[in-house]
Amino acid sequence: MIEVEIVTGRTLDQGATVEEKLTEEYFKAVSYIELSEDDYGALNLKDGDRVKVKTAFGEVVVFAKKADLPKGVAFMPMGPYANAVIDPDTDGTGMPRFKGVKAKVEKTEEKVLSVKELLEAI
Amino acid sequence: MAIHIKNGIVIDPKNKIKAEKMDLFIKDGKIVDEKAVKKEECQVIDATNKLVVAGGVDMHAHIAGSKINTGRTMRPEEMRVVRRVADTFRAAVGRVLLTAPAIGYEYAKMGYTVSFEAAQPPIGALHTHEELDAIPMIDKAALPVFGNWHLVFKFVEEKNIEKLKAFIAWAIERTKGFGVKAVNPGGVEAWMYGKNVRSLDDQVPGFNITPREIITSLIQATEELKLPHSVHLHCNNLGVPGNYQTTIETIKLASKFSNSKRQVLHVTHVQFNSYAGSSWRDAASGAAEIAKVVNSIDNVTIDMGQPIFGHATAMTGDAPFQFTLHRLTGAKWSNKDSEVEGGAGIVPLVYLPNNPVHALQWAIGLELGLLIDSNKVVLTTDYPNGGPFTEYPYVMAMLMSRKMREKELQKVSPYVQKATGLAAIDKEKTLEELIHMTRSLPAKILGLENKGHLGIGADADVAIYDLNPLDVDTSNEFEKVYKALKTAVYTIKGGEIIVKNGELVKEVWGRTYWVDARSKVDLEAVMPDIENYFQYYSIELQNYGVEESWIRMPERIVVG
Amino acid sequence: MVNVVCTFCGSVCDDGEYENGKIKKLCRLGSAKFAEKERIKSPMVDGKEVSYEEAIQKAAEILVNAKKPLLYGWASTANEAIRLGVILTEKVRGIYDQCASVCHAPGTLAVIEEGLPGGTLGSIKNRADVVVFWGANPMEAHPRHGIRYSISAKGLLIKDRKNRKIVVVDVRKTRTAKNADLFVQVKPGYDYAVITALRSIINGNLDAVPEEVGGVKKEQLVQLADIMKNAKYGAILYGLGVTQSRGRDRTIENAVKLVQLLNRTTRWIIWPMRGHYNVVGAGEVPAWEVGYQYAIDFSRGYPRFSPNEFAAVEVLKRKDCDAALIIASDPVAHFPKAAVKHLKEIPVIQIDPFPNMTTLLAKVVIPSAIYGIEAEGTAYRMDCIPLRLKKVVETKYWSDEKILAEILKKVEELKKG
Repeated sequence: MIEVEIVTGRTLDQGATVEEKLTEEYFKAVSYIELSEDDYGALNLKDGDRVKVKTAFGEVVVFAKKADLPKGVAFMPMGPYANAVIDPDTDGTGMPRFKGVKAKVEKTEEKVLSVKELLEAI
Repeated sequence: MAIHIKNGIVIDPKNKIKAEKMDLFIKDGKIVDEKAVKKEECQVIDATNKLVVAGGVDMHAHIAGSKINTGRTMRPEEMRVVRRVADTFRAAVGRVLLTAPAIGYEYAKMGYTVSFEAAQPPIGALHTHEELDAIPMIDKAALPVFGNWHLVFKFVEEKNIEKLKAFIAWAIERTKGFGVKAVNPGGVEAWMYGKNVRSLDDQVPGFNITPREIITSLIQATEELKLPHSVHLHCNNLGVPGNYQTTIETIKLASKFSNSKRQVLHVTHVQFNSYAGSSWRDAASGAAEIAKVVNSIDNVTIDMGQPIFGHATAMTGDAPFQFTLHRLTGAKWSNKDSEVEGGAGIVPLVYLPNNPVHALQWAIGLELGLLIDSNKVVLTTDYPNGGPFTEYPYVMAMLMSRKMREKELQKVSPYVQKATGLAAIDKEKTLEELIHMTRSLPAKILGLENKGHLGIGADADVAIYDLNPLDVDTSNEFEKVYKALKTAVYTIKGGEIIVKNGELVKEVWGRTYWVDARSKVDLEAVMPDIENYFQYYSIELQNYGVEESWIRMPERIVVG
Repeated sequence: MVNVVCTFCGSVCDDGEYENGKIKKLCRLGSAKFAEKERIKSPMVDGKEVSYEEAIQKAAEILVNAKKPLLYGWASTANEAIRLGVILTEKVRGIYDQCASVCHAPGTLAVIEEGLPGGTLGSIKNRADVVVFWGANPMEAHPRHGIRYSISAKGLLIKDRKNRKIVVVDVRKTRTAKNADLFVQVKPGYDYAVITALRSIINGNLDAVPEEVGGVKKEQLVQLADIMKNAKYGAILYGLGVTQSRGRDRTIENAVKLVQLLNRTTRWIIWPMRGHYNVVGAGEVPAWEVGYQYAIDFSRGYPRFSPNEFAAVEVLKRKDCDAALIIASDPVAHFPKAAVKHLKEIPVIQIDPFPNMTTLLAKVVIPSAIYGIEAEGTAYRMDCIPLRLKKVVETKYWSDEKILAEILKKVEELKKG
């Protein structure tokens, strides 16, 4: 298990599929987490591996990817998977904390839920 | 439905009617002859002992577009005054800055039926029109700004008046605008480099031209195009002590031109450009000097830009001035540099009676209103720069009563006693003069033939007030005058009763006037230049501008 | 058709070429926008296909019967529809909120505190010799922004990419950062501190700045401060990296103060990189109609603005609405779990061209035409420049404007009883 700080955001893939949310392409575009090379290595991950991301606000299983990030920083594309774990507190602004949420990440054998299953689980 | 306004006391300066008891008839949205209606079928309004005048015409206010809307966004504290809870009419909110429905409602309640948005950023024209379309009750129009537009600079630099004329005709059509507004000509371009221009002869950065050349070229082009309205100018050096000299020099630029129908230059919110002195420590009024010049020239008109004590929001196309104001007051500041067309800024403001500078500004506005011929000065607050338009009746009452002024003078900083001549002015304008300054004069200056009067054929925009001009003593009964003018007993717009006893009774949608001056110019000659300049735009030329069909109720005025 | 206006992101590129179902010149996101996709086939009530009229009747009933409906979305529709939506919300005494509340609304709060010293995208293209992208990644979120307006755009004074310095401040080395002249990597949540350090340096208080601030070495801060001071015309373009992280509105307020300071000696502007093609309209239209941009409650018959009470996420978390109309947006996919929960428990009306996660729980689904492809209307680009959206193909779908006009009519009928 490692500890990271998650930032979420737009990606080209997420943007190109955002009007097709019930498709496989959108699922692929948003159901992953990017980890730094160090963090990825620390969990002994390889292509296609799943991880469970846990925060004080929820947990979600997503695919793991390696990316050019500083150690301890993780990235998730904006969407339902990220939203399962981000901080809903808006600190009086109406805006939840979509970026900078502390999380624990561990390797898992559990499957990644589809967007429909994800909604049902709420 | 025809209307018969019975036994009212009519003041109609354009038609030389000075407080006469008479009847008026309305049919199909127009003032008509008695013979044109069947009296028994008319709705009768008993106007016995009441003042009957044309609907008010506000020729300079910021009522629509990105400036006022950014003002609303940055000032929620302004929006929290609730004027109306939603019922059959819309909810209406706002202290000085008002929502679009509130603007229409407040004008209507005061007996005003026309208002002109005084600064339309050309590329934002569609936004301005969307907001104008959201204002109920009144007729309206917008004046696009030209004074810092690179294409204007180019043709001025080339001394090519024909191309300048063609460009103006093109631009007014594209923006669905009404005339030529110029704001601190050249100065806003200088602001793109963090500077301003300080005199009529400063060079505009990047161009071999001066404000003087921009202004005179715009006047020449506007006159040759025979636009209904003259150049409408916000002078250089606004808000700077000592600026009255620049203003006088600018006014004199008009002496080279003439027009039998109207002025050739309208100088706007002159109060902000009438300061003597060298700093805010020794600032004084330059109003008397300016009045002398305006009174001596036949082809220049002005409006006051009267400050009203209380809240206001400075919003102008004069971006460098807005930054100066932000530095001066420390208040929040918005700025918008706009492609190669100019810019704008917004800063909140409050006019305090005890503040010597604010009191000075207040006094200067009144001096201008008193000292300038009533045929040359229009009543404005430059809404919302000087404050709310809803306080026009205060300004009207003040200009008519020395007693009221004396009373008000006691409440303000004594600085005005030495820095202005207000206290010594014994002039009291008449009710007829004030009706002229708020109706027939602005309509004439704008070139709106069917507005501001009650002659046969005029638009049936009528205000009826609970004030008997044959009976009232405007010098002494200023409180009564103020109260009466503040809310109309009836407001009739386009032949429909929209306000009764100060309450809204019907929502109507007015027209948006725009001027088409394309017929006498060579558009083809100027298109290659325009096309070439669009490389400096961030949108395509074909996507620039507003089509008539996108506007709720457009009315094209063809000239040439 | 040429000069077609793209209705995907806030760049609202207006130079698309559309021919036989194909769009040219636009980016990958724009091409995806114009590509054929699965649509909601028909209006539906409880999953059953119905006519537009029936769906609208049901929608109006839900809105009229609700004590406090939430009308949310609006960022991907035209101003004409938004205006009717604001009037509808006022009529049913509901809550109007729009996508900015989970996007750039903290920027609006900063505008309330300090204003917005800005300019149009054309000003940046013509004049900006320095552009700082702060927590913004246009290469992925606004792919043609750089070419058209900012990074390599050729304008009046800046003729070449070489004449312009691009700085990226971000927590990760984004695609945009890889193309920058200077990349300043900040620790997540430390933007406020970094901006304060820059203000201190520019104010001449170098001594007050420690050796490292938010993961950035003092040396690099001094370098960035110098670039800023020496710019002739600079632009800070900020993104969700600032609005959605620690400090939110306060961070932007601080950045605005930095821009105020810089304008004492040179010219700088600051502007948000707005996301959806008309999220600006979703704020501007209610501002002129009712005075505020978002988080507006009409339960008392007049508008009240309070983000902490009336922003959609707060309303849903508090379970303070008993019905919802969701238009041109997908809160089920984009809201935190805690807010989505309540949407599962109340009647939801959805108006959208495409099936999405909100469709999965909506009671009434009303499919609509796509603005800019199948319907005409007005939208505001990220810099508030209005553009008229074009219709390039015919459709059987009703526009949002028509759907809302009909709902409004029905609501008025029902209220009269």
